[in-house]
Amino acid sequence: MTTTAPAIELKGISKAFGPVQANKDISIRVMPGTVHGIIGENGAGKSTLMSILYGFYKADAGEIFIHGQKTEIPDSQAAIAAGIGMVFQHFKLVQNFSVLENVVLGAEDGAMLRPSLAKAREQLKTLAEEYELHVDPDAIIEDIGVGMQQRVEILKALYRQADILILDEPTGVLTPAEADQLFRILGRLKDEGKTIILITHKLREIMDITDTVSVMRRGEMTSTVKTSDTSPADLAERMVGRKVLLRVDKQPAQPKETILDVKGLNVTDEAGVHRLKDVSFNIKAGEILGIAGVSGNGQSELLEVLGGYTKANGEILMNGAPIDLTGATSDGQSRRARGIAHVPEDRHHEGLILEFSAWENTAFGYHHDPKYQRSNILMDNAAILQDAQEKMDRFDVRPPNPQLAAKNFSGGNQQKIVVAREIERDPDLLLVGQPTRGVDIGAIEFIHQQIVALRDKGKAILLVSVELDEIMGLSDRIAVMFDGQIMGERLPAETDEKELGLLMAGVTDTDKPHTIEEIEQNLAHAGAGATKEV
Amino acid sequence: MDFFTIVQLGDASIRMAIPLLLACLAGLFSERAGIFDIGLEGKMLAAAFLSAAVSFSTGSVWVGLFAGIGISIVLSIIHGLASITFRGNQLISGVAINFFAAGLTVVIAQGWFKQGGRTPSLSGAARFDGLDFPGALTRVRDKMQASPGMQFYSEFVSGHSILVYIGLLTVPLTWWVLYRTRFGLRLRAVGEAPEAVDTAGISVVRLRYAAVIICGILCGIAGAYLSTAVQAGFTKDMTANRGFIALAALIFAKWRPWYALGACLLFGLFFAIDNRFQNIQLQVIWIMVLLVGASIAMTVYALRREKIDVLVLGGLSAVLTAVAIMTWVGSTGEDIGAIAALFETVKVPSQLIQSLPYLFVVIVLAGFVGKAIPPRAGGEPYIKER
Amino acid sequence: MDKMPKWADVVLVPVVSLLLAAIISVIVFVAVGQNPWEALKLMAYGAVGTSDFLGYTLFYATNFIFTGLAVAVAFHASLFNIGGEGQVLLGGLGAAIVCLFVPWPHWTLALIGGGLAAAVFGALWVVIPAYLQARRGSHIVITTIMFNFMASGLLVYMLSDALRPEGQMQTATAIFPDRTHLPSLNDVAGLFGSDLFGRSPVNVSIFIALAACVGVWLLIWHTRLGYQIRAFGQSESAAKYAGISAVNITMIALLISGGLAGMMAVNNTMGINTPQLVDNAAGGAGFIGIAVALMGRNHPVGIIIAALLFGALYQGGAELSAATSIPVQIVVVIQALVIMFTGALDQMVRSPIEKMFMRRSRAAAAGE
Repeated sequence: MTTTAPAIELKGISKAFGPVQANKDISIRVMPGTVHGIIGENGAGKSTLMSILYGFYKADAGEIFIHGQKTEIPDSQAAIAAGIGMVFQHFKLVQNFSVLENVVLGAEDGAMLRPSLAKAREQLKTLAEEYELHVDPDAIIEDIGVGMQQRVEILKALYRQADILILDEPTGVLTPAEADQLFRILGRLKDEGKTIILITHKLREIMDITDTVSVMRRGEMTSTVKTSDTSPADLAERMVGRKVLLRVDKQPAQPKETILDVKGLNVTDEAGVHRLKDVSFNIKAGEILGIAGVSGNGQSELLEVLGGYTKANGEILMNGAPIDLTGATSDGQSRRARGIAHVPEDRHHEGLILEFSAWENTAFGYHHDPKYQRSNILMDNAAILQDAQEKMDRFDVRPPNPQLAAKNFSGGNQQKIVVAREIERDPDLLLVGQPTRGVDIGAIEFIHQQIVALRDKGKAILLVSVELDEIMGLSDRIAVMFDGQIMGERLPAETDEKELGLLMAGVTDTDKPHTIEEIEQNLAHAGAGATKEV
Repeated sequence: MDFFTIVQLGDASIRMAIPLLLACLAGLFSERAGIFDIGLEGKMLAAAFLSAAVSFSTGSVWVGLFAGIGISIVLSIIHGLASITFRGNQLISGVAINFFAAGLTVVIAQGWFKQGGRTPSLSGAARFDGLDFPGALTRVRDKMQASPGMQFYSEFVSGHSILVYIGLLTVPLTWWVLYRTRFGLRLRAVGEAPEAVDTAGISVVRLRYAAVIICGILCGIAGAYLSTAVQAGFTKDMTANRGFIALAALIFAKWRPWYALGACLLFGLFFAIDNRFQNIQLQVIWIMVLLVGASIAMTVYALRREKIDVLVLGGLSAVLTAVAIMTWVGSTGEDIGAIAALFETVKVPSQLIQSLPYLFVVIVLAGFVGKAIPPRAGGEPYIKER
Repeated sequence: MDKMPKWADVVLVPVVSLLLAAIISVIVFVAVGQNPWEALKLMAYGAVGTSDFLGYTLFYATNFIFTGLAVAVAFHASLFNIGGEGQVLLGGLGAAIVCLFVPWPHWTLALIGGGLAAAVFGALWVVIPAYLQARRGSHIVITTIMFNFMASGLLVYMLSDALRPEGQMQTATAIFPDRTHLPSLNDVAGLFGSDLFGRSPVNVSIFIALAACVGVWLLIWHTRLGYQIRAFGQSESAAKYAGISAVNITMIALLISGGLAGMMAVNNTMGINTPQLVDNAAGGAGFIGIAVALMGRNHPVGIIIAALLFGALYQGGAELSAATSIPVQIVVVIQALVIMFTGALDQMVRSPIEKMFMRRSRAAAAGE
């Protein structure tokens, strides 16, 4: 046949959440047997669009055609029936169920469980051979690594006979090597005639694997092009609507005396998992140390220990004097008193109290500061309010209304409130976790500039990010974490993404060639210890 | 204590355990699906009232049973509305249902029967009588003289109402539903990861409503058992906190059906002992050993931990030790020396005996008897996330 | 932006919730064969119809202010203290011991001493649940319920054994000495030649309750401790980040809560006409505190209003049951309905109102 119907066709999809128009008149055609990329910034409306396709939301307007048939998708059941499978960014797995139970859930054959499980066991064997998707069907989800969990998600879709597979930011939790492996699997699925939609904000992935790519910006689909006809710089410009600096503009660092010296740090969590293993490093004044790594390899615990809310063994010297890691003064208040400020990884659950107003959040963590007190007992709310107003003006927080609850600001403006609070403390050491996650590009540039400016004032900065671009662009020195250990340190000028990628997978002899099997073994060895999601 | 006493105690334990067990399994279904329910008490109470009232009015206990189950389901659905549909606070909803039932049963009972908030006494077909198995002895005097095997058969195995046997059968049934059926798989999943259930194309809302309705059915049977089998009619607040004890038993049982049976039998034994031995006397030395021993154990535990532990547990130890010493000093007298006083017997206050189950609940909840991990999505309303 | 104006959140939502509770109450009245209009008239008369009744209403309202504040302080830390009932009983024990065994020279000093003892005893009764919640994660709701049962056991033991004077039939303490008896408001009004509150027991502790409201308002919104309590209540993980100790805040918030509940005992032991501690002294006030806090949106002003309303309901309900065959438990039913509608079903009331305001603001925006 010459006129094949598109596997998916969307016509004029619109969706609003209150006053926010998340999707505006979006139309798209994806041909069967192709890999189609959808790229855009956070908040551009990619996930909303896919949620509509998977029946999570009902579109306000527009039509969906699957293989030429007009299809209503009121719920996930309908999406599954239409042959759509979705792998979410945050996996939708039952942690204490086995792989088999997770695959069967919702796709059982009858009211009794046993026949369904037996049938699924057979099916999994076939699928594993067909697509190189080997997983132990009896393994419990919480005991297997993130890469394996993702395979379970793909298997779930295939078991339901999906022929259209949507993956939402699938590589966010994977090492580069695992990502390559995933792309091999996707290639294989494509060869079998499956249609794949890949949602991502990473330009490299689009270039590597997709056939066609659509760019989304502020709820609109601005263009759809053949991948071979475009370039990363071109795509970036389409995403943002203007030329962007993919590299941060900064002078070479001039490191001075050592501010932070970490020696032999160990953390074991409540479940007895060894989260940090003998971590040692130092940061000098006027230097940004970047910690690269796939999320869940101990970076969060490192920040928590330094920020004072997880106890640890080992030694940390701050300005030459030891820090209490286990006793009564191992808390966030004492850390702040020692000149450590902290922009946490998760602003919604750590950095801000969403229900509090912006001005109340300005004092958060610094509520003991004498300048916020009226007397020994009473706080000076007026002083906090004024301070908040000034900070919001300086950091161009919009809207500049300190009475507004934090939850009512956009991601970028929320992050600015946090960054303003921490940086304006003029700390000796600034801890920064995922500073630009869920932040629009304009705010990213601003926040990066502020971090570099603090460095240039001669302060030490510890940057933790899962975005390799951000690490490469901002850091003066890069340490790579894997399975709770520091695998090595590199200078940005003397390394590349490939080498860092191997370190992130726990391979230290980066000069030699490595097969994916070796890396997989390495990751499997790291096991459940590396599965904690951030 | 002779063998017959032990058999009688076991028999009483089962009687006391059945309402706990049914309520506990009711809670199990609800909490396994992610809905906390401290309204078990209220549902049981409402069911106890309505089943007694309807049994009396119709003369048929079976009609009464179904009425009890019906009202319990209605309250379950209200709890479902609050916690599933309107995503309210599940604890507050449960508290409201408890008060609602506690108040309304008395108000309606008074309006209906005008006997001071109780139902008239039930008899005959309006009550569940014990089932006597073939060959079982029924008269106490006969039983006392029978062989141990016969005593066991007649007193322990035979003679319970049909609801007791239904209650016991509910345990394997619950296990089977939970682990051997599609519904059970989904139910367990929705309490752990509702998003997984939702994306698999199954309605979280429908599943959770199914769970709370099952919870309602079991609470209904438990309530009906109290007013139509154990007692012959409804009296004000007759559930006597069993709903709360059942919740503690559920935690103790780590949300598993067979463990629930064990936990409820244990609590049943507590109540049986409490009922049978109103007047417990102990030698002072045993009180000293118990209280001072507990104090030492707590202090030792606290000293290896933080300041707050030392403060709280140390204070508690001091109070217990003071009580022990006061008991000792109180037993000495003009003709009784300090040493002799140790072997005096004193009566344990009946209020203390009655408080023992509650104390045990607190100890269970303190988690020193094994840490339990509740269903991960428990207590939280499910909100779809992108 | 916020979805609706503040006045709608503070006034409209609670009023609609109350209306819904009222409608169901009407159905209950009809179901038990009582004319709801007659019942309402009887209750209103019973609540404020005579100076005695008005005084009783205020007397109960004093109780409910204390227990409402107690529940609210814990709610701000996202903790559900359902143990007010037991804490009130223990507070009574504290007040009784202090009044019976300390020779107070004047009622003002007795008020301070008794108030402190009541608060300390109330707070002590929540120490173990608080500790278990903070350190062991044992659910505060179930442990405080258990402590309610144990409190009533302890009280019955004390009142029938240790604290009961020989020869007295009633399970109660001896009557407190005269100099610990708090002046009733009628005595105060009498100074001005008025007989406003009749023979009702409403007494000066109502001023303590109002002072406690101011204190709680300052604590929650104007002190570091209150800031930390609210922060912890909103987000435990963020509190951890900020260096706010979960253990300390849990303990302190619950101790304050228990102390406030305990203080209620001043009103119902030292304040009543024959000052003594009687069996079942709490009379459900600890539980009504839940409804009061929910309806008052955990704010002292709201709590005062809600406490007055429940005071009227409690007193009116008592008169209603005296005049008709409806038992006093009707108050418990209404209390349950208020908890249900203002607490658990809040979203059911709120979201249609929110939608209404959103539609109006959108229409207004389109009209411009």
